[in-house]
Amino acid sequence: MTNNDVSQGGFAEAGADLELVGISKRFPGFTAIEELDLTIPAGSFFALLGPSGCGKTTTLRLIAGLEEPTTGRILIGGRDVTATKAYQRPVNTVFQSYALFPNMTIMENVAFGLKRRGIKNADSLAHEALQLVELDHLAGRKPKQLSGGQQQRVALARAVVNRPALLLLDEPLGALDLKLRRQMQVELKDIQSEVGLTFLHVTHDQEEAMTMADTVAVMNKGRIEQMGAPQDLYELPQTAFVAKFLGQSNLFTGDVVTTAKSSIVVDAHGTRIEVPTDRAQRHNGRITVGVRPEKVTLHDSAPKADSSRNVIGPGRITDVSFSGVSTQYEVTVPHHGAISVFAQNTSISSLHHDGDQVWLSWSVGHTFGLADEAEGEPVSRFHADLDTSMIAVQSRKDLEAELEEA
Amino acid sequence: MAFTAFSGTAQAAEPAVRKRSPIALLLLLPGMFYLILFFVTPFFSLIITSLQEPDPLRFGEFNNAFNWQNYVIVIETYWEQGLRSIGFAALATLFALLIGYPLAYFIAITLRPFPLLQALGLVLVIAPFFISFLLRTLAWKQIFATEGPVAGILSSVGILEPGTAITGTAFSVVFGLTYNFIPFMVLPIYSILATFDLRLIEAGNDLYGSPATTFRTVTLPLSAVGVISGTLLTFIPAVGDYINASRDFLGSADTTMIGNVIEANFLVLSNFPAAAALSLLLMAFILVLVGFYVKRSGTEDLL
Ligand SMILES: Nc1ncnc2c1ncn2[C@@H]1O[C@H](COP(=O)(O)OP(=O)(O)OP(=O)(O)O)[C@@H](O)[C@H]1O
Ligand SMILES: [Mg+2]
Repeated sequence: MTNNDVSQGGFAEAGADLELVGISKRFPGFTAIEELDLTIPAGSFFALLGPSGCGKTTTLRLIAGLEEPTTGRILIGGRDVTATKAYQRPVNTVFQSYALFPNMTIMENVAFGLKRRGIKNADSLAHEALQLVELDHLAGRKPKQLSGGQQQRVALARAVVNRPALLLLDEPLGALDLKLRRQMQVELKDIQSEVGLTFLHVTHDQEEAMTMADTVAVMNKGRIEQMGAPQDLYELPQTAFVAKFLGQSNLFTGDVVTTAKSSIVVDAHGTRIEVPTDRAQRHNGRITVGVRPEKVTLHDSAPKADSSRNVIGPGRITDVSFSGVSTQYEVTVPHHGAISVFAQNTSISSLHHDGDQVWLSWSVGHTFGLADEAEGEPVSRFHADLDTSMIAVQSRKDLEAELEEA
Repeated sequence: MAFTAFSGTAQAAEPAVRKRSPIALLLLLPGMFYLILFFVTPFFSLIITSLQEPDPLRFGEFNNAFNWQNYVIVIETYWEQGLRSIGFAALATLFALLIGYPLAYFIAITLRPFPLLQALGLVLVIAPFFISFLLRTLAWKQIFATEGPVAGILSSVGILEPGTAITGTAFSVVFGLTYNFIPFMVLPIYSILATFDLRLIEAGNDLYGSPATTFRTVTLPLSAVGVISGTLLTFIPAVGDYINASRDFLGSADTTMIGNVIEANFLVLSNFPAAAALSLLLMAFILVLVGFYVKRSGTEDLL
């Protein structure tokens, strides 16, 4: 199959949509991606969030054609590209490891893709791209003579300059300081919306994902746990992993005791917590419900009974950290463990102190019910380590059992 | 000197430590001593010998003189063998590169996911060294012999007139040189490619470079140091080689190279000044050539 849109000079006039159908990727002895179905509409800014080692880079490599999927198909702009080679795909990647060509100058690096496609004014376009990342003055240097952050910006320019229908960004801003990072975010967003390109952006920075993307997907252990608009994902997480990974959450697990039309009530260690039915993923049995820390209010005395609010307490403040605009409290409530509360510093008198006895309340409408049950421990950001430690614990138990038998 | 191009690891070398310390000089002493004893001394002795003139009374004896005509005479007498040496060595280097580069690439890059096979590949490249160079060359003489298997097959298919010799031709000499020096080509290229970052190839492919283009623009320039080392390590010994072209091995009177001439002058004709003059000319030629080559290929830029 010969390729048309890549080898003929010229830029993508618009983004292409990307469709992954039943993609899985197995490495010898390890499944990196399991049954991934994903559709990214043309012209959208899609962010992929997830803990280290969950398969984000692998997903990008599959799309770029640097890795072959074990099963499934990849469609770009409606065309099945599963069998085509990387250099034939209308895709460019900003590599996590930069992968700049050490034998070429910065200028030659950036112009590389343009030259391969025989674009006439490659040099002037490359200079423009370098200006965009504020590195035009270093165009004549070799990559080795640049700092890490500068190299990262060259990697960004080298991919962006091609204006591909689909741009894959693997933590493209990870090495930059906050100011430059914000600035590059704005530039990226401009480029994306100007031409209407499709961006698939991998990042560890949830704030970056939420501010830039139209759609955010949270990935865990080779699966997409949940995806949607940033607000939806934040306000209504569906799994414990998402609730903990994206922002913070206070989770409570208990049995459903009352099921009404508009809401259900969960009994968590004697505390009744009400959840609107449409905000709960499951409606019977043992379920986990939660609330975001900034939705919770502190009270000095037991609040008056109010059917529109959930109340927990009394508990004791065990930690106060003041951060200017807001204060973060840790409240330990018997049976419920530590609960986080973010309070806006609207007046000085509202400040509570370490050791104070307090009650907590929040609006029923802010409660969410999860599809899975929260484990006792907080979700680790490095599940692989957790897995290995669990394997170690398990093998020790096995060994002990064996020794006892003997 | 230009010989830095030999070391495969030079690419990774950090800028030299600037500060001079007396300890460094002390550590250099044994090396200096070695060089003076085994290189500078024979070198001067060779210069003196090359300028000697025959003793008018005793045959085979020579007296110190400043007989520079020796150089003119050897050039006039042996220019043909000299040119042939350069031609044969250049051909052998070219063939060794054409065979050696893909081999080094295969072992260093294609076999990288399989360390065991990679080690095996390297052992196979080095294995011939376990057998004497002379024996191996003699073995080829047998294989290429008029009654040997190669001649047999070629004449039965009608490519070769029955009874035609393969040994003693330019082909067999160049073949022998290529065969004997391939490991010197493969190893330096391998050492560069073994540390080559494959992600650069992926980046090249991602930026619309076909495998061939990516090889030409990324892989090849980044392995040029290995190619330069390999070609020098092959060409230099090949120019002066006197085994392959010797009529006892793969050569004949028609394939005499400069090494054979030097050998004959030293050992058979006992014309020491001529042999010494030829040796020095060969050395000067190689030095000039290497200097020019390394400069032209801009190794500094590659490091
Ligand atoms: N070639 C390979 N062979 C075996 N396992 C691999 C290979 N490449 C990646 N993996 C594994 O697949 C998993 C996913 O890797 P991937 O690079 O996609 O993670 P990631 O989500 O990009 O992580 P990070 O955020 O740290 O970059 C990891 O557990 C990794 O160890
Ligand atoms: Mg990654």
